[in-house]
Amino acid sequence: MRLHDIAHGRTGDKGDISNISVIAYDPADWELLVRAVTVERVAGHFGAGFASSITRHLLPQLQAMNFVLEGALTGGVTRSLALDAHGKCLASVLLEMEI
Amino acid sequence: MSVLRIGAGAGFSGDRIAPAVELAERGELDFLVFECLAERTIALAQLARLKNPAAGFDPLLERRMRAVLPVTARNGTRIVTNMGAANPRAAARLVRRIATELGLHGLRIAAVGGDDVLAAIGPCRLDETGAAASALGDRLVSANAYIGVAPIVAALDAGADVVICGRASDPALFLAPLVHHFRWRMDDWTRLGRGTLVGHLLECSAQVTGGYFADPGRKHVPDLARIGFPLAEVDGDGNATITKVAGSGGRVSRASCIEQLLYEIHDPARYLQPDVAADFSRVRIEETGPDRVAVSGADGRAATGMLKISVGYRDGWKGEGQISYAGANCLARAELAASLVGERLADCGAEILETRREVIGHDSIPRPAAAGPSAARPAAAPHEVRMRFAARCRTEAAAETVGEEVEGLYLCGPAGGGGVTRSVTEIIAIASTLMPAGDVETGFEMVEADDAAA
Repeated sequence: MRLHDIAHGRTGDKGDISNISVIAYDPADWELLVRAVTVERVAGHFGAGFASSITRHLLPQLQAMNFVLEGALTGGVTRSLALDAHGKCLASVLLEMEI
Repeated sequence: MSVLRIGAGAGFSGDRIAPAVELAERGELDFLVFECLAERTIALAQLARLKNPAAGFDPLLERRMRAVLPVTARNGTRIVTNMGAANPRAAARLVRRIATELGLHGLRIAAVGGDDVLAAIGPCRLDETGAAASALGDRLVSANAYIGVAPIVAALDAGADVVICGRASDPALFLAPLVHHFRWRMDDWTRLGRGTLVGHLLECSAQVTGGYFADPGRKHVPDLARIGFPLAEVDGDGNATITKVAGSGGRVSRASCIEQLLYEIHDPARYLQPDVAADFSRVRIEETGPDRVAVSGADGRAATGMLKISVGYRDGWKGEGQISYAGANCLARAELAASLVGERLADCGAEILETRREVIGHDSIPRPAAAGPSAARPAAAPHEVRMRFAARCRTEAAAETVGEEVEGLYLCGPAGGGGVTRSVTEIIAIASTLMPAGDVETGFEMVEADDAAA
């Protein structure tokens, strides 16, 4: 199944750092999320060189995790030439992951 | 124990005004907070002020104040906002004048200052470049500290009905009324952390009431067209219920609150603010009724003593052009168009510092790279795509050539291109640094009626 089937999320940006939350709709899916949506899987999903580092923070009581992707916004919103300079679309791209 | 009711009237400079009026009218608010400064807004405002010393504040300030002041004045709701941007005093004088015109003669309006640290920024090393800010020379536009609650609280203590700041930490706009009302000590890290959570959840207005949330078939938001802005009912310990006025659109749910909790957060255990290092790692979020969500469990530790500084600087010009292709073989024609523009712009040589070509509808947003069923999903040939070419240039003239070359594709490009748009904008980039909080002297002044004529 796709991550989108069991989780939702939102992207935020600060400078050249993107953060993406991944939140279980059903608390029963939390263990699966922790197992399946790892830093390695996220790095592989976006591909080599997408971010200079990726960190995962867990909030088990909310069945939520937060990925922090450094260097992922081609310089950040104020100087990136990208159409979506904030990287606002990235959470939805992550939710395409097969788990 | 008494409860303070704080509403969010804006979450960015261009936010909708009608929900703020609805909240002011029906939210029984003690405070209404307008958060209108993004990372770069204040640098742009500073440019406006350089052209016109009376400008440099939020362009919607007048419309917002004319819409809400009669209501907030009638209801005894006080306002805190960062719409002062690069010129809080001029903004306060304008609000003074508007209040007078509306017959609201008793309103006390305060301007908060001290966030502008441009004069002292020279020796500070920028995180992004490692060099001193002074190395930017005349490209340096602005330097503003994310200040804390102290001058806002002082203005409220002095009786201000409207407090207008420039750059302050966004949550501080909400934390200040709590510190003022409940007399929280500035070393009560737990309560300051909880108040910061309230501010963080409210600071993007509708992003916690179902805005930026709907996903048809998966996440339903009722009556999104008439979405309401949020308010928090906060008790003296900093525990809060996030809600909105009855009858407004949208939804406040556990899910909407969790999305906003993590929005623009890195390590949830260490959300650094000027007044506290807030800890959101053990926050509890619980639905207690329709559109009512209780939040508790935030904590805090001593602030770092350093303030984040945003440094705005001129970073060249961005030129951009777009053109659409559709139907048979459209993707190949769009890609040919992009490479033609690239070749033709090569003549501009050193004037072009960086280029980016995208085919909207195909690759303008990163797509999953991983092998697997989703990546292997066969890409259907798109019905239409839009080629976008952007470049960062040293000069405005070079940036103009980008759009010119895209427009030139009409007669000298692939078959069937249409709908060209082009633009040129000056790039104001932002870099960051830190400054000891003790070096940033903040304060406020009441803007009296006499100043209105000045």
